Amino acid sequence: MIMPAIFAASTLGGYFSDVHGLSPAWSMGLAAVIHVIFMISLFGVIPLFFIWLERKVSARIQDRLGPTRVGGRFGWLQGLADGIKLIQKEDLVPDAADSMLFRLAPYLVCIASFTAFMVLPFADGWVAVGADIGLFVILAILSLEVFGIILAGYSSGSKWSLFGGVREAAQMVSYEIPLAICAIIPVIAVGSLNLGELSRVQSGWFYSNWLLFHDPFTFIGFFVYFTVATAGCKRAPFDLAEAESELVGGFHTEYSGMRWSFFFMGEYASMFLVSVLASILFLGGWNTGIGPLDDALVAGRASSAGAGGFVAASYLANVIGMVVILVKGSLLVFLQIWVRWTFPRLRIDQVMTTCLKYLVPMSCFLFLGALMWPVLLIQFTGRSTLFESSQSIGEKLRSSPGILSGDGVSDVDRSSDGDGESDGDRVFEAGLNDGAERRQSSTDVSSDADENRSVV
Amino acid sequence: MSQAALLFWLFAIATCGGALAVVISQNVVRMAFWLIVSLGSMSGLFFLLHADFVATTQLLVYVGGTVVLLIFGVMLTASGPYVQIKTSPAEGFLGAAVGVMLLVMLISTVTRVDWSRATRVSASVSGREFRAGPIHGFNKPQEGNTSRSIGMALLGARPDTDLGSDDGRMGTGYLLPFEIVSVHLLVVLIGAAYLARAKRRAGSASEG
Repeated sequence: MIMPAIFAASTLGGYFSDVHGLSPAWSMGLAAVIHVIFMISLFGVIPLFFIWLERKVSARIQDRLGPTRVGGRFGWLQGLADGIKLIQKEDLVPDAADSMLFRLAPYLVCIASFTAFMVLPFADGWVAVGADIGLFVILAILSLEVFGIILAGYSSGSKWSLFGGVREAAQMVSYEIPLAICAIIPVIAVGSLNLGELSRVQSGWFYSNWLLFHDPFTFIGFFVYFTVATAGCKRAPFDLAEAESELVGGFHTEYSGMRWSFFFMGEYASMFLVSVLASILFLGGWNTGIGPLDDALVAGRASSAGAGGFVAASYLANVIGMVVILVKGSLLVFLQIWVRWTFPRLRIDQVMTTCLKYLVPMSCFLFLGALMWPVLLIQFTGRSTLFESSQSIGEKLRSSPGILSGDGVSDVDRSSDGDGESDGDRVFEAGLNDGAERRQSSTDVSSDADENRSVV
Repeated sequence: MSQAALLFWLFAIATCGGALAVVISQNVVRMAFWLIVSLGSMSGLFFLLHADFVATTQLLVYVGGTVVLLIFGVMLTASGPYVQIKTSPAEGFLGAAVGVMLLVMLISTVTRVDWSRATRVSASVSGREFRAGPIHGFNKPQEGNTSRSIGMALLGARPDTDLGSDDGRMGTGYLLPFEIVSVHLLVVLIGAAYLARAKRRAGSASEG
């Protein structure tokens, strides 16, 4: 029976090498191909769904109906019909365009937004590449999207495209700074760049565990992050690059057919990406936010770790987690669509002013505040968390199966022993929000190190 | 040919081919594109070496920062569309000769070093014993997930020599030079922005 066996292995590559006996290289290659096929399907279906959603939501906001004919009363298949129309359009390259770059630009946008899905977790362990620096990888790859836009604008050989491309490049590059700073704010609270880790520590009741409510700086940080992410995806009110009323079409004026649709596939995919990222960073990831339910799900996931054989509980818990994260991401995308059709467009100087004069100082201030928060909290209340009931994040990181606890699932509470082996732990815990007495011991260690360094 | 070797050849050919295309191509923006290809493939080579943090930094800083700056410079200072840079055959020959000589020098230097001794020598210079075993909480070298090791090394505790040793002594970290370089870069940035500001001409009408 294939179905139970596929869930016996903890990874897809493990399935191929253990159950079918393929060599490690072949099994990893096959697992990579399957992951790629999943991701490509996801990347194709997401824009289809969100384009339909956008048309319906914008229609209702504008007091009309939107697509109602293709595929039933709600126009479900309108996106597919549009795709078929676009595929059979004439593939033209303007005479004045630099043809190689003109053809390449849409693919650069798609590659950037598609590759970032590789480190995005959809449930505990359901991630293509579970990199320890997942957030950093996403930020780096999102910064590559600018190239497609710049090259599209420049190589089209038309002044509308050039203006759109230059404006868009300036906007996207400027908004990368507050995006990175705001994405780091929840990382400060948790201490890990691993997106899986960031979601795992947010299990439990939403008011005490979601990083949104961890401290006031992450609370405001979420809204700043969302604004900046909307701007980075060139969505209204920051969408001058495609401002139809001003620049004909901006950087995609000269594009038609499938090339044009690649730009928008990339845009909707990155909208979804930053929304899922926001829900992982701030809104609890794949956790439902209801205390007992989350505890049951975590127990279900842990029950199969390290054991062979098909365990339904873990798989079901992960399916629920995936549904939760998809719903949260879709709600945030709905919010972006709603904002687009509600607010007027900003001028380019207003866009740049907002970024450089308001959002950058705001995010720097929030970053500093998030850094000082544990110190202030300990000073004034002697506690390390805002709510009495919740575990401090340091404790949760140490007791959760992951790299910090060293070897897989272990519920053993690691206190600092006397032997030298836990030196790394002790110095490392100096940075974790662990409680007053532990901070005392860690300050002793760091002051010793200072003394030694001054002698040397 | 193993999977790693195949990927290595792919990335290496892309890096070197992209670099050659930068030199050979005559359209400035196409040069920038080939530079993207070359630097991106170099980041792939870093990923193959399991140095994931450095590879991501390469993508973020070089590809996402430096080349974007290059393209901006080209686009905003171009005297016309599709600026061409034409090299004469003499320049091409001279450049190729210098490049080949540099390549020969580099290859001969690299092949003469005994790389297996290098890590042990560097550890003994700092006076510590080289630990090849796994350290609790940190990955061995060459196993990826290097961000924690890099972070601790910035603070002065190198996972291969300082952590897990008996006396708990830490070396000088890299954090102070890193911060100094960052402030230096900030000064350079501010200076450049000041030098490139739009200067008001004397006697012109006041700006609205």
